[in-house]
Formats: sequence, C-alpha cells, structure tokens
Amino acid sequence: MKQVPALKIDGITIGQSLAIIEYLEETRPTPRLLPQDPKKRAQVRMISDLIASGIQPLQNLSVLKQVGQENQLTWAQEVISFGFNALEQILRGTAGKYCVGDEVSMADLCLVPQVANAERFKVDFTPYPTISRINKSLLALEAFQVSHPCRQPDTPPELRA
Amino acid sequence: MQAGKPILYSYFRSSCSWRVRIALALKSIDYETIPINLVKDGGQQFSEEFQALNPMKQVPALKIDGITIGQSLAIIEYLEETRPTPRLLPQDPKKRAQVRMISDLIASGIQPLQNLSVLKQVGQENQLTWAQEVISFGFNALEQILRGTAGKYCVGDEVSMADLCLVPQVANAERFKVDFTPYPTISRINKSLLALEAFQVSHPCRQPDTPPELRA
Repeated sequence: MKQVPALKIDGITIGQSLAIIEYLEETRPTPRLLPQDPKKRAQVRMISDLIASGIQPLQNLSVLKQVGQENQLTWAQEVISFGFNALEQILRGTAGKYCVGDEVSMADLCLVPQVANAERFKVDFTPYPTISRINKSLLALEAFQVSHPCRQPDTPPELRA
Repeated sequence: MQAGKPILYSYFRSSCSWRVRIALALKSIDYETIPINLVKDGGQQFSEEFQALNPMKQVPALKIDGITIGQSLAIIEYLEETRPTPRLLPQDPKKRAQVRMISDLIASGIQPLQNLSVLKQVGQENQLTWAQEVISFGFNALEQILRGTAGKYCVGDEVSMADLCLVPQVANAERFKVDFTPYPTISRINKSLLALEAFQVSHPCRQPDTPPELRA
C-alpha cells in the first residue's frame, strides 16, 4: 500500500494501523485497549473507524496533493470539521474520562493524532469541547507523550521537544 | 433485552451497506431494511432524523440489541462477537490480522476516497479519472497482498470479513470502468464469492430500494 505504519512482529508484517492494534490486543492483552463488553467494543471500533476511514484518509498527503495547493487548507478543514461534528455528538453519548467510559481504548489512540492534524490545519475547536477535553486528558499520559511526533528518532531538530 | 428484529439503514448501491448485508445473510440474521436514499431529496442521510441516529450521516447503521452502530466494520465485528457462527474472522491471530488488514485497506484506503461526497468535491469532469486512480492504486496493493494470503478466498479457504469488503469494492470498480487485467487474483476470488447465496441475496440488484430498471 506504500504507506506507514507497518509493523514487523512475530514473523509477519502487518499494515493498516487498526489491524496492527487489534493484533497487539489479541496477542498482548494487558492492559486492554478494547473493553470487555461487546456493545462498548462496538462503540470503540465505531469511533476508531470514524476517524481512520471517515476523516484521516480524506486529508492525508496523497489526497491533498490531488486537490491542489491552493485548495488544501479549506479541503482539510472541511473534511475534519465534518467528521469532528459527528464525533463530538457521538462522544457526548459514550465518553467518560476518555472516548468510551473511563478506560483508555483504541478510540483514544485515534483521537489524539487526529486532533494534532486538525491543529496543523488550523481547525476551530470551539464547537468541540468534548474532543478538546478528552484530548487534553490523554496528552497528560506517558504513552501519549513518549510516542508524540516531537520525540521520534526522525523528528527534525527544529520540531524536537 | 430483546428489542425486536434488527433494523438496517441501507442504500441499495452503497458498498459499505452491502458488506453488512452479506454478514447478516451469512449469519442468518433476520432483519428489517429502512432504505436511505443518498441522492433523492438532496440526500436523505442529511435529514435531522437520520443524523440523530448516525451523526456521521452515512449508511450503513444497524439498530440491534438496543444500540445503534455506525461504521460497517464495527457493525460486522459486533455481529461476529455476539453471533459467532459461522465465523467471519479466523481463529489464528496472524490470520485475523491479515483479514483486518485487507478489510481496512479497502474500507479506509480505497472506498472513502471514491465515495459520493468526495466525488462531488472533485467535480464532475474529474470524477471518473479520480475514482479509477484511487481504486487502481488500492487494487495494485491488494492484488499483491492477496497473492500471499489467498486460498479459495481472500485469506485461506474460509469466507471472512475481507471477502465482505472485496465484492462490493469490485462492483464499485466495475461501475467506474476500472481495467481488471492487472488483478487476476481479485477477479478470481470475486467470482467465487458471487456464487455464494449470501452474496446474491444481499446484492444491490435485489434490495427493497433497488430501482425497477436495475432490479435482477
């Protein structure tokens, strides 16, 4: 697919971030990234898919190249806002401390990076108080910090934390 | 808590709705269809009523066991976890990863880039080329992956969630006149799947909202 991420693990290579995460969950089940209850699991997957299929692909690098440089910002903002409008509404029903209840789940792993994208595209967050609150809580957690784009081996010096 | 028959909000031609229709058929789950026409009246998915049900304003959505789920793969995984027979995901975690990878390749990497709302944005004169490019790019990758994973079907010899994603995407590709010469594995698997009853009863040409001129 000529895309990142890809994970080489246990003798196989897996592409597609959610497929990778579900594999990690099934083979290294602690701590859980999906709740035990099937209805809550459905909510976690629905939110994850909303972001991973409904928002991100529409504003990724290759699509932005296609829409042309002068249209990129507007396009990205529209796509993200449309998705965030839906997400904000859904989260008001599902969220506790985090996207679904009070435990970190795969949905939260999708939320934070998409919020970072939204910030890069200067999306106005006024309509999204729930998204903002959850994002802030998650960014305080160590796993979300060590994995942050500003702390990676390939982070350019001028963007390094 | 039994809340009556499940209700599927579906559009006959929506490839994402078709995925769920196949799953329901394979698992012999009886359900009611409420058609949502994506084109008529400016798009019935934008009605206030439907938006309250699925804030993403998209089909499919499934009302089942007292909840409403959007996103076709989230729906299918829920059906798999609550009605596990017959299976739609293999038992082995590595094969499950392959099924999910292929499903996501289609559901995130191809379909959203050629769906109705994106096509509206690229403009009518660019639509065909855009859709063909997007689908071909994805199918190039898929063909390569399937050569490693496929048996009779996408992953080994059992029908899986990956197959539920493949057939509707192939139908989309045909509508956009994509050339299938580079995709012999995709073509072979698609043909085998279309012979199965679940893929036939769920077909766009046999839905309650199929227009008369397209009905089988």
